[in-house]
Order: sequence, then structure tokens, then C-alpha cells
Amino acid sequence: MIIANLNFFMHRNTIKPYSDSTRPMPGKPCCSQTWSNLRPFLGLLVWLLLAIPSFAQQDWIRTGTGLAVEKIRLAVPDFKASTNNAKNPDLLKAFNDTLSNDLDNAGIFELVSKSFYPLEQPGQPADVKFDTWSAPPPNASMLAFGNLGASGDNVTVQGWLYDVKNISSPQVLGKQYQDTATADVVRVMAHKFADEIIFRLGGGIQGIAETRIYYVSTRSGQKEIWSMDYDGANQHQITHLGSDALSPRISPDNSRIAFSALTKNGWDIMMYSLDLNRMVSFPHFGGTNLSPAWTPDGLHLAFSSSRTGDPEIYVVDASGGDLKRLTTSHGPDVSPVWNQKTGAQIAWVSGRTGLPQIYTMEADGTNVQRMTDQGYAVSPSWSPNGQFLALAWIRKYGPGEPGASDIYLMDIASRQWAQLTHDGGRNDFPSWSPDGRHVIFQSNRSGSLQIWTMLADGTKQTQLTFTGTNSQPNWSWK
Amino acid sequence: MTHNREPGAQGEHRMEDKVKQGRMKWIMVVFALGAIMTLGACKKKVAPPPPPPPPPPAAPTASLTANPNTVQKGQATTLTWETTNASDVNIDGIGAVKPSGSEEVTPSDSTTYHLTAKGPGGTQEATARVTVTTPPPPPPPKPSATEEELFARNVKDIYFDYDKYDIRADQSGPIQADAQFLNQHSNVSFTLEGHCDERGSTEYNLALGDNRANAVKNALVQAGVNASRIRTISYGKEKPFCTESNEPCWQQNRRGHFVYQR
Repeated sequence: MIIANLNFFMHRNTIKPYSDSTRPMPGKPCCSQTWSNLRPFLGLLVWLLLAIPSFAQQDWIRTGTGLAVEKIRLAVPDFKASTNNAKNPDLLKAFNDTLSNDLDNAGIFELVSKSFYPLEQPGQPADVKFDTWSAPPPNASMLAFGNLGASGDNVTVQGWLYDVKNISSPQVLGKQYQDTATADVVRVMAHKFADEIIFRLGGGIQGIAETRIYYVSTRSGQKEIWSMDYDGANQHQITHLGSDALSPRISPDNSRIAFSALTKNGWDIMMYSLDLNRMVSFPHFGGTNLSPAWTPDGLHLAFSSSRTGDPEIYVVDASGGDLKRLTTSHGPDVSPVWNQKTGAQIAWVSGRTGLPQIYTMEADGTNVQRMTDQGYAVSPSWSPNGQFLALAWIRKYGPGEPGASDIYLMDIASRQWAQLTHDGGRNDFPSWSPDGRHVIFQSNRSGSLQIWTMLADGTKQTQLTFTGTNSQPNWSWK
Repeated sequence: MTHNREPGAQGEHRMEDKVKQGRMKWIMVVFALGAIMTLGACKKKVAPPPPPPPPPPAAPTASLTANPNTVQKGQATTLTWETTNASDVNIDGIGAVKPSGSEEVTPSDSTTYHLTAKGPGGTQEATARVTVTTPPPPPPPKPSATEEELFARNVKDIYFDYDKYDIRADQSGPIQADAQFLNQHSNVSFTLEGHCDERGSTEYNLALGDNRANAVKNALVQAGVNASRIRTISYGKEKPFCTESNEPCWQQNRRGHFVYQR
């Protein structure tokens, strides 16, 4: 069915599919068996990207975007200084680095190599020489350019996106930003401009350049909750409990972080308000309380509690009231996540049959379905479009089978899966980006436990943290 | 006088020399008589000297040692002594002994042995101190052992198989022994910590550790321990006892750990 969908979209959208022999493998080159495992996944992924609501947008269909499909050739010459100010060089560097990194990370562009750029690079529309960009060697479809100038305490950025093959009406986007002249501010401006471009050219999907990652770091000596920009910039500590804090989950409106922490009562669900910059009260339920998860509307949380002597999944409203128990089987039940799209189903981890497996159920606890068939499967994350689970899986598990823990994607309807990490180490705690194009996760492949990000097809695996040990990343909803 | 003679004049003056020598003899006799008379006059004035004294008898020597010089009550020590020039050697508490020798003694209290060696040359003494210690009393029912110490000594942790939280067959003995102690010390409250090895995932291990702590708790409750005395907590893999990546270490970390609650 997935392949049929892929063919349907390929036909309708004239997307050129990769053949088995030409499509590069995500991760390391591997055997044909892995490739045959991945083939259905390719279909899934294309379908995932095409099924996002705005696939009717003509520009997106014409240019063809998304992972594992033809990418837009985009040129991003460095922005130019528009004033004569001593702050300009530093601000320009922060802006240009951030913008090109965001566009490169987006996964939908093929950035034109800077060595192909013509000598004259535009800082404003009048400077654009279309044929020097649209013809080989740049052979760009799109050109993002602009200027930046500090003046007094302020900085002004002007940016444009041009379709250089459409000379009569080239402008896709024109934006101006003005704010305090600091590197942090111009980084935010670059994120905003990148997100505008990604939104226009990426099928109307909001970019992620302004999203944030919440995670656990040991840098202060204890496990505390930290936060960073999606690209690893701006890392800072949020909680100062002096105890162990785990499993941060940001609310859909970015106002609160729910997490689990060791208190004098044991493990409790805790709540930190990012509006008030302090802890806010949340009830003690008794027993071990772990792994909170927000509903997409932010009104409820699911979590694991052993208040009756056995870890079970419970649902509570966002203020901690109206506690309801969903599971009743003996053994560990933990790590619930909601279907991000519908808020009507929960996926979680249960040890009811022995080694942990991923299950799904309705929000009222009915219709329990086992998703994984073997091994050690934990840490589900439900994709924003509701169709996939990312999970950490040791498929071959047991004595003499030192299988690695890798990140997998599973199509919920078909239970077909694809392996995203192959590079060794213990990979765990995947979390989807809100655009569904990226997965962030933890891995110890570098020798210490750190946070990595990748595109949802397993490519562009990039380490984001380097100090202390860092784990359990959770990607903000917007 | 002869000393002044010149060698060249020896023959010519021979006679004259002989006259001189005769005169010299006279002088010397007079001197000698005078001297004798003088000496005789002196001796007659002081008491006649005593007969030479016989060689004085040598003073006695004595030494006395105890080896060992510290014994526990009931144990023996050896006294060893040596004397010289003594005819009569005596040790207090033993009596007359040979001039040199040794003897085993078993003093009941710390004692200073006193040796007296008498001889024609005098008396010499020597002493040796033997300290007698009292052995520590055999451990009587020790009122000083606290409940906490007894708890630590008697209550054994319970170990688990990988990814399991049911009580293993070989752990039912320890758990019954734990329950017996806890039932005999019914005022003791304690915490049961559930621990896991490093291999599993953080969140799952915390849930599994909770199941382990509760499995031990339930077994104790079944064996008669009041549930209200037991607090449970899971540490998952957050606080390992052992940090190596091998099975002996992992087994150390898969446990229900008892902590006395003050």
C-alpha cells in the first residue's frame, strides 16, 4: 500500500524516483538486504512528506522538495554590509553562518557550492544578474541574498528570495528585520528568514530554525534540565534542583517543561514554567513517577506511576487533577507518547511479556496493539503527521548477540520499519522535529553520551553537544 | 768530679787521683751514716705499718629477666636469672634458688619479682616486672551493637536476573533470612532500593527497578513483615554499585538493596 502511494505520487507529481542502484544509502554503505529493508521505507518517507497538508501547492510540486527526492538548488551568497559600522563584520558572520546552516539542515535544498558563485554577488535586488546564477556552473533555481547594517544600537537586515529562472517575476520573498545589534539577535533574524524560505519552498511546512531542544545535561555535576537552539547554539541550564532530573517534555505552547525528578518522596513529576522562570507545583502521586508526555492540545499529560506498587500508565490534566489509570498488566509500563496529530492514541513501552516492546492503545486504554515483534524496543516518539513512530530498538537481543541500540522508524499502519542509525554506539531517545523532517537523539558513539541530530531518512547525522554528558533530547512543538 | 778529668793528663796525675778517691770514700761513708741515722730516727716516730690486707672478697652481681614480661591471666612466663659471687640467692615468692637458672611462673596478678643475691662481697638485688593482663571477656550479649549495625550485618540484598523482577530461586533463602531478622526486630523501618544494570534504557530501567523493589517488598510482606515499615524507591541505572561493563558487575547492579531508616 505504501509503495502504491509512492507510485501514485510519483506519477501525479512527476517526482523522479531513485533507482536501487543510484540512490545513495543513508548512513554507511551496506548490504543489499538492508537496502531491501529500506525500500518500503523510502516510499513511506516520500509519502510522509507529500501527505503533509499543503502538498497541493504548485510551487512545491514543480520544484520538488522533501527528503529522498530531488532537492532545490539554492544559492546563498553572504549578505553584504549596508552601513559603515564597526559591528558589521561580527554580525554578518553570525548571520551568514546561521542562515546557511539552517538552509543546509533543512534537508530540502541542495546548496550550490560557493566555489561556483559568480564574482559579483548581490546585496540588493538591483545587483542581481540572473544569468550568472541560473546558468551553469551555479545552475541555481533559487537565490537568497540581502544585506545587514548596524547603526547605533540597532541592526537592520533585508533579505530576498529570488526564483532566478523566472526573470519577469523573480521575487518569492522579501523581508526586513530590525532589532538590537547583537550576535544573538541576528542569529534569530537568520533563523526567521531561513524559516520563511523553508516555508515557501518546503511545501508550506513551518521551518524549525526557531525551535528549541530540551535535554538532560550533567554539566553542573547533577542531571539537570537544559535547553539549546535546534542547531546546538545557545546552550543553557534551566533547572537547579541539585538532584537528578530526567525526561524533559516541553508543552506544545512552549510555556512549561514537565519532567521527572528525584525528590524526598522519590521520583515525582515536576513542572517548570518558562513564563515565570521557576518551578510550579504539581501533585505527588506516590510511588515512582516517570516520563510525562503532553497531549497536542496541552491539556493533559500521560505518565508512568507505580503508586499502586506496579508501574502503569496514567493520564492527568495539566494541573495534576483528574487522575485516570489506563493500563493494568503486571510489569514495567513506561514512556508514553501521544499521537501528535490526533491526540487520540498513546504509544508506550511495556515489559508485560518480558523484554520491553512498543504498544499502542486508544486514549481510554482500549485496543492495545503490540507494534514490535522482538528484541528490546523502547523510547517511542510519535511523528507530527501521526503516521510514524521513531523508536530505539535492539532487534537482536540476548546472550551472544550484542546487538546495538539503534534508531528506527516504524509505519504504524503497516508496522514496516527502517533502520536510521548504523554507526555503532548506543542510540536512544529519538524525538521528532515539528516539521517531521528531522529526528534528534542521544548516542554514545563518540565515546561519551551526547545529543545528535539527523534527517528523518538517517542522513546528515550531526553531533550537537560536546561538554559533559547530554541525553534525552525533546524537540519543541514549534 | 771524675767527669772533669781531661784525657791527656791521665798518667801524670794517677797518684794524686788515688788520694782524691780515698778522701771521697770518707765523705760518702759519712753521708751514708748520716742518712741511715736520719732514717732510723724517723721510723721510730710513726706506728708500725699493719700487715698487708687479704684481697677483698668480690661483690656479687645479679640479673633477672622475665620473658615474656606481659602475659594474659593464666599464662606462664619464664624468669631467668644469673648471679656471680653469691652464696645465697633468693627470689621473693619462690624461695632459695640456684645462683643461675630459670623457672616458669604463672602469676595471677601483675608481679614484680625480686631477687636477692648475698655473698661474701655483699648483697645485690635485681627485679623483673611481669604484667598480667585480663583477657577481653568473651562477647557477652553485646548491648553496644545498635539495631542499625545488626541490620547491616544480617539483612542481605536480593539479586535479580537480567530484565527480570521475579525473585530468583536461589534468592528465596536470603529473603526468608531477611524476613526472619526483620520480624525479630519489628521496630526497624527500612527502604528497599531497586537497581538495574547499565544496559537498558533510562526510563525503562527506572520502572524495572521499581518492580524489583516491590517484588522484594511483597515477598517480605508475605513472610509477615508489616508493609508500613517498608519504603520503596527505584534508582534504575542511576546509582550503580559497580561501573564496569561485564556480567559480574552487572549482577552486582541488578538488586534490591536494603537501607536502614533512622
